[in-house]
Amino acid sequence: MAPDGPALAVWKFASCDGCQLTLLNCEDELLTIAGSVHIASFTEASSEVEPGPYDLSLVEGSITTSADAERIQRVRAESRFLVTIGACATAGGIQALRNFADDLTPIVYARPDYIHSLRTSTPIADHVQVDFELRGCPIDRRQLLEVIAAFLAGRRPNVRGHSVCVECKRAGRVCVMVAHGTPCLGPVTQAGCGALCPGVNRGCYGCFGPMESPNTASMSEIWKHLGAGGPALARTFRGFNAAAEPFRTAADEEAGKHDAR
Amino acid sequence: MTHGSRHISVPALARVEGEGGLEIIVSDGQVTETRLDIYEPPRFFEALLRGRQYTEPPDITARICGICPVAYQMSACQAIEDACGAQVTGEIRALRRLIYCGEWIESHALHVYLLHAPDFLGYDSGIHLARDHPAIVARGLSIKKAGNRLMEVVGGRSVHPVNVKVGGFYRAPTANELKQLVPQLEQARQDAEDTVTWVAGFDFPAFDRDYEFVSLRHPDQYPITEGSIASTSGLDITPAEYDKHFEEFQVPHSTALHSVLDGRTYLTGPMARYALNSRRLPASVRSVAHQAGLTATCTNPFKSIVVRAVELLFACDEALRLIGQYRPPDPPAIDVRPITATGYGCTEAPRGMLYHRYAITDDGTITDAKIVPPTSQNQRAIEADLRDFAAPRLAMDHETLTRECEQAVRNHDPCISCAAHFLDLRLADKTDKAVRLT
Repeated sequence: MAPDGPALAVWKFASCDGCQLTLLNCEDELLTIAGSVHIASFTEASSEVEPGPYDLSLVEGSITTSADAERIQRVRAESRFLVTIGACATAGGIQALRNFADDLTPIVYARPDYIHSLRTSTPIADHVQVDFELRGCPIDRRQLLEVIAAFLAGRRPNVRGHSVCVECKRAGRVCVMVAHGTPCLGPVTQAGCGALCPGVNRGCYGCFGPMESPNTASMSEIWKHLGAGGPALARTFRGFNAAAEPFRTAADEEAGKHDAR
Repeated sequence: MTHGSRHISVPALARVEGEGGLEIIVSDGQVTETRLDIYEPPRFFEALLRGRQYTEPPDITARICGICPVAYQMSACQAIEDACGAQVTGEIRALRRLIYCGEWIESHALHVYLLHAPDFLGYDSGIHLARDHPAIVARGLSIKKAGNRLMEVVGGRSVHPVNVKVGGFYRAPTANELKQLVPQLEQARQDAEDTVTWVAGFDFPAFDRDYEFVSLRHPDQYPITEGSIASTSGLDITPAEYDKHFEEFQVPHSTALHSVLDGRTYLTGPMARYALNSRRLPASVRSVAHQAGLTATCTNPFKSIVVRAVELLFACDEALRLIGQYRPPDPPAIDVRPITATGYGCTEAPRGMLYHRYAITDDGTITDAKIVPPTSQNQRAIEADLRDFAAPRLAMDHETLTRECEQAVRNHDPCISCAAHFLDLRLADKTDKAVRLT
């Protein structure tokens, strides 16, 4: 596999494997990628693990253990470029809900003393310098190919920060919120998925995290008008990108409105 | 080093989903301990679900596993519908079975071609295999793509589908959208049949086991989305009776809970489904299985790749059958209203039985959740396999034995991301202190 090409490594932290799987799901491009880059370390796909340094590291997952907090430092030191892939690595993932709760270990494990887990789930950028963050729960295959192609060409990935609404309009879809009164996070959520949820007559639930300039206050008014303000909106913000600002703040405000009532 | 006293250790097991290792400790020429170390960081899903709404588990629990999200969605929906006294039938039930077939195709093709076959052929990965056998790997990727495409058309996307909800689907695909998948699935069915012949020709170590197999059993269908819970020792219960017979407990070396059936080690997955249900496979699929040398039960875990290939063929066949009979459900979902109750759901993930239980209140709040993934259930059987596989082979050179022990774990397609809600094989000297980057 192109032993002379740039060395690619894929790393996993706390996650579901879905973003790495997206690389293996590039069925038409996988063998071409393997011919253009040298896959030096990708434990999910290969027993061959070569020592660093690596030209490009793709990092999936969030930091939830002290061992992983140390391991990401070593990965960073061995990597020329480090790109995080997915909501866990970029925002802490669904497991970051623990950041807002009491210690959850005793609920799941009879012997919490066997479990070595941090109280918080944090994004990679809280620990090391990150060169690019690719959003999504899971990431989008086309965006992943763009990131790898951009890296090979030595340019910035063309990944836009506008909202899901732009994708919806481009696809010529009817707005589920305006036409059907379905609460939708599309106006405050970054594009990239292809506006999948409105495509199945469902409101966006924020897999790609906040868009570049989200107006969460206005979102709150609309959801309230649709009868889904307060706890319902708080719960939706507290999803797969719960620890990403400004979803985090907006969720706290919505939950607070509920407490005040 | 003699084999009088040694450690065989694989600190980070490759070609499995998630993070884990394997450790075999030998003293005085005897295997004294085998451990599947699971250090995948726990993500506390069962705790995170408390206080959420009864409509949310399909989306939240999908995130336990990127390889088998549909399994989580289906077990979750079934459990919540059970709690609410709702039952999904007819076209919605058929559409659920169809998207699940897509996941079996995607997951089984991934495991057979990219994770497991390289072991039998002496390669480090499917990508290495492709250098010498490009047409074979291309065939595997093409089957996998057909499964992913099916999940995309029914579910919106293959990893964490967006179209599944409690009660059914947000939108029913049109008959024409599904019909367009037929040529690709027909090719996949032919390729899957060739896959069965290909993997049946591999060399398998002689290693037959006396497993207690556990899987769903359905009176007239090969089980995917529903059935009673059956075992080869005569268990036959409903999902609601699961907790009376299955017990989970914690061990120090794993962030995944171990599970026993009335105190006994058991195995779930393709071999178990096949042993308990091979008669329910279509005659055409059974005939391909027989030509590949499978009898009604397969007890050699190394041959699980043949059983998996047979299931791959079945899933393509079943998907085509379901598409042939498809009429879009209208409405695409039934109305499911919360009541204060506990519900139980059990479906067959590609790697084995997946149990969910939820307690909800009449305002829709989840007060308790329990999720038992297949890899969690298989940990003890995998450790027993390692012990009995390694014991007579201690004279083998260290590197070969380590590699074959890794393969013995991979036989069961462990998904550690699921189980810890990861897997690392340590078969090594205590003095080996590898710095773990993976």
